[in-house]
Amino acid sequence: MFRAKYFEAIRTAAVIVIALIIAFLIISLVSDQPLKTIGIFLLEPFSTKGHIGNVIEMAIPLMFTGLAVSLLFRANMFNLGAEGIFYFSGVVASVLAIHLSLNSWLHPLVAILAGSITGALLSAIPGILKAKWNANELVTSLMFNNILFGVGLYLLNYHLRDAKAFANVSFKFEKTAQLSKLFAGTRIHTGLIIVLVLIVLAHLFLYRTKWGYELRMTGVNREFARYSGMKTAKVIILVHLIAGFIAGMGGSVEVLGMYSRFQWTSLPGYGLDGALVAMLAKNNPLSVIVSALFLAYIRIGADLMARLSDVPSEMISIIQAVIILLISAEQFLKFWKNRMLLKEAKEA
Amino acid sequence: MANALLEMRGITKVYPNGVVANKDVGFSLREGEIHAIAGENGAGKSTLMKIMFGMEEPSEGAIYIRGEQVKLQSPQDAIDRGIGMVHQHFMLVPSFTVAENMVLGMEPRKGVGFNAGEAVRLTEETARKYNLSVNARAKVEDLSVGMKQKVEILKALVRGAKILILDEPTAVLTPQETEELFHELQQLKEQGHTIVFISHKLKEVKAICDRITIMRGGRSEGVFQTREVTEQGISRLMVGRDVVLKYDKDSIPHGKPVLRVEQLAVSDSQGKALLAEISFSVREGQIVGIAGVEGNGQTQLIEALTGGLRGVSGSGAVSVKGTDIRGLDILGIRSLGVSYIPEDRMRQGSAGDASIADNLISTRYRSKDMNKGPFLHSSKIAALASSLVEEFKVRCSGTRQPVGMLSGGNMQKVVVARECSTNPQLLIAEQPTRGVDIGAAQFIHQKLLELRSDKCAIVLVSADLNEILELSDSLLVMYEGQIVAYFDNPSAVSEEELGLYMLGINRQDKEQTGRALNHV
Repeated sequence: MFRAKYFEAIRTAAVIVIALIIAFLIISLVSDQPLKTIGIFLLEPFSTKGHIGNVIEMAIPLMFTGLAVSLLFRANMFNLGAEGIFYFSGVVASVLAIHLSLNSWLHPLVAILAGSITGALLSAIPGILKAKWNANELVTSLMFNNILFGVGLYLLNYHLRDAKAFANVSFKFEKTAQLSKLFAGTRIHTGLIIVLVLIVLAHLFLYRTKWGYELRMTGVNREFARYSGMKTAKVIILVHLIAGFIAGMGGSVEVLGMYSRFQWTSLPGYGLDGALVAMLAKNNPLSVIVSALFLAYIRIGADLMARLSDVPSEMISIIQAVIILLISAEQFLKFWKNRMLLKEAKEA
Repeated sequence: MANALLEMRGITKVYPNGVVANKDVGFSLREGEIHAIAGENGAGKSTLMKIMFGMEEPSEGAIYIRGEQVKLQSPQDAIDRGIGMVHQHFMLVPSFTVAENMVLGMEPRKGVGFNAGEAVRLTEETARKYNLSVNARAKVEDLSVGMKQKVEILKALVRGAKILILDEPTAVLTPQETEELFHELQQLKEQGHTIVFISHKLKEVKAICDRITIMRGGRSEGVFQTREVTEQGISRLMVGRDVVLKYDKDSIPHGKPVLRVEQLAVSDSQGKALLAEISFSVREGQIVGIAGVEGNGQTQLIEALTGGLRGVSGSGAVSVKGTDIRGLDILGIRSLGVSYIPEDRMRQGSAGDASIADNLISTRYRSKDMNKGPFLHSSKIAALASSLVEEFKVRCSGTRQPVGMLSGGNMQKVVVARECSTNPQLLIAEQPTRGVDIGAAQFIHQKLLELRSDKCAIVLVSADLNEILELSDSLLVMYEGQIVAYFDNPSAVSEEELGLYMLGINRQDKEQTGRALNHV
């Protein structure tokens, strides 16, 4: 009966379509065969098992960070610290993957848990600063990204670096530490199962438990939550711990699932992409799956386009920028919503 | 309609959250009249005025000034066309002087600097011209509410306003201040100004307005010559039925004291006293009303009772059922059986984007009843929410509808439903019916009286004198952070008499106010 409630869904779809049209226009400008090129972009990711595998492999870290950021956004915390935590937890997991010797069940488990707990503890710092002294979490978390990257890079350069390798990479991980592959012919690893379980748990936590209820109420109106007797400072610290744990787990899983050495010499960008995933998912844990897959799909499409046609993959940055712009522009399509509301009001 | 100074035709306003505030409203203003817009709260008066002042754009409809269609996209557009507005909540900078507030945004300059002398001269000149005496050099924070309002009116006049919109101007005034305001408005009218007067107080409308537009449920019920309609007639059009705010309270014996406040004193971080020597008690089945002009310590008193007071120092004792609550946090106080209906339902009382059900359980989601293992018991919560929605007659499309989409009155019912349904021992009700329509207000009053019969102790803080005199068993008046009067039979007190205490003109002796502690 209330058609306006579909507005958000329709708007998101419209945004994506418009972004793709703009992408096509740009491709037409730089490519000699625009139709063929856009065909590669849109269809090639589905063409082979390997390509589908690539999409899912890329979606795994995006789901982790998207989930972490969704929870933070849900609590009305504009924290972008998942980036640094993802990176640094990867370093921590790598240290254990290189130096421990355990069986192939325990080894990844220990390494991933260590990375996750590191992430949770690091994330708690901006949380505590926010809860106790109202320090802006956006500023502190962005600062933390720099600090964590610096420390992580130092560890890589001076403690983990394999001098015999030709690049700035760490020693090889023990075979026992690496996550096993799920499907032959792809690099999809057990991290997929971990993240899907995590997403379901987060969904139950957010909508079905009293702690999730506290988190949502604090996010909608902190003053109301406080007035109702909730300890909002605790809620804020808790959500930071959980989000840090998830982001840290994401970094550890990515490192152990996709690589045999630690080799990030710059921030991998998954944390900030997580914010985009969360935004597309409207901060809903279950929707994170879809939006992460979508983002991974256009990334892989762009990558393939760069390899198989004459268009550079930087193009994808433009498409992404257009999507973010259109989604965050709240006024977009509002005239249409207003008209819809007016019509309904008259019918009533 | 040739002589219409300002005309609004077919105004419809739908807010983005789906609330329809105005439906095809027409409004016409003649030069030199005082025109009342009356209606229950939530009838769409304020929205219509916001549209007239350029603060909101209508979804449909047009505005004409002297027959010429205009588009008002910002208050500046409205000001340029000679429209001024005095808001219900004053828009003044407290730490600035009157003169500085007057010229804010149009400061006279001396070279690159601010010409303070010119600002004072301009203020005094305008004040003299309109016969509204203010002290141009006084700081706004030191002024009384009535004075602040004068500054607001002058502020509009100095910007060249010929049409003056006053949004519920008497809501914060005492009866005496109201009379003075009316006198000033008459003078402005004689000088050729046109005044739009928004109110739901019928006596006032009858007293000074020439014509009246009545609104109900977002629609205009028509425009009338004030002298041709009776108060009952207006009220019937506003509510759609006859209303009398009169309740049959059964006299019930008051039980043991539930709340006991002794010698409470509170001062702010600069050492300025906010509350002094506050002593009173509330017993089972007793409603103690607290009257006073806003800003005389009621807010601080309530904060002290509900655990919200921070960053201030205080002394004295506050106990609920014998437990000292000073130092307890909100959860601790609530678990003693204290409920609190806050003054601001949007900021404190509800989470607008959350569902009605979520809003209803915010004080009891922890209880064993509401949980099953690690999860919230969703079917029980849904059942509780629907039964409360039904019992409190909340008009909504379902318990999953966001609270923010409800009208003010229904939103307040959700707050009241939550606070009254937890079987409270002590209920602190702060302006429980502010901004809600008469129907909802009556309903809320009934609920308060029901709780009283169930032996709940109630503290009622209200600026609505009619409400407070009618409901209270005993009445305290606060002035400048102190209790200046105690009445054990409020229904025998007149509003005028109360006004003298609220303004600090009269004051009872210690012996009389001291009775508030034991009610003997």
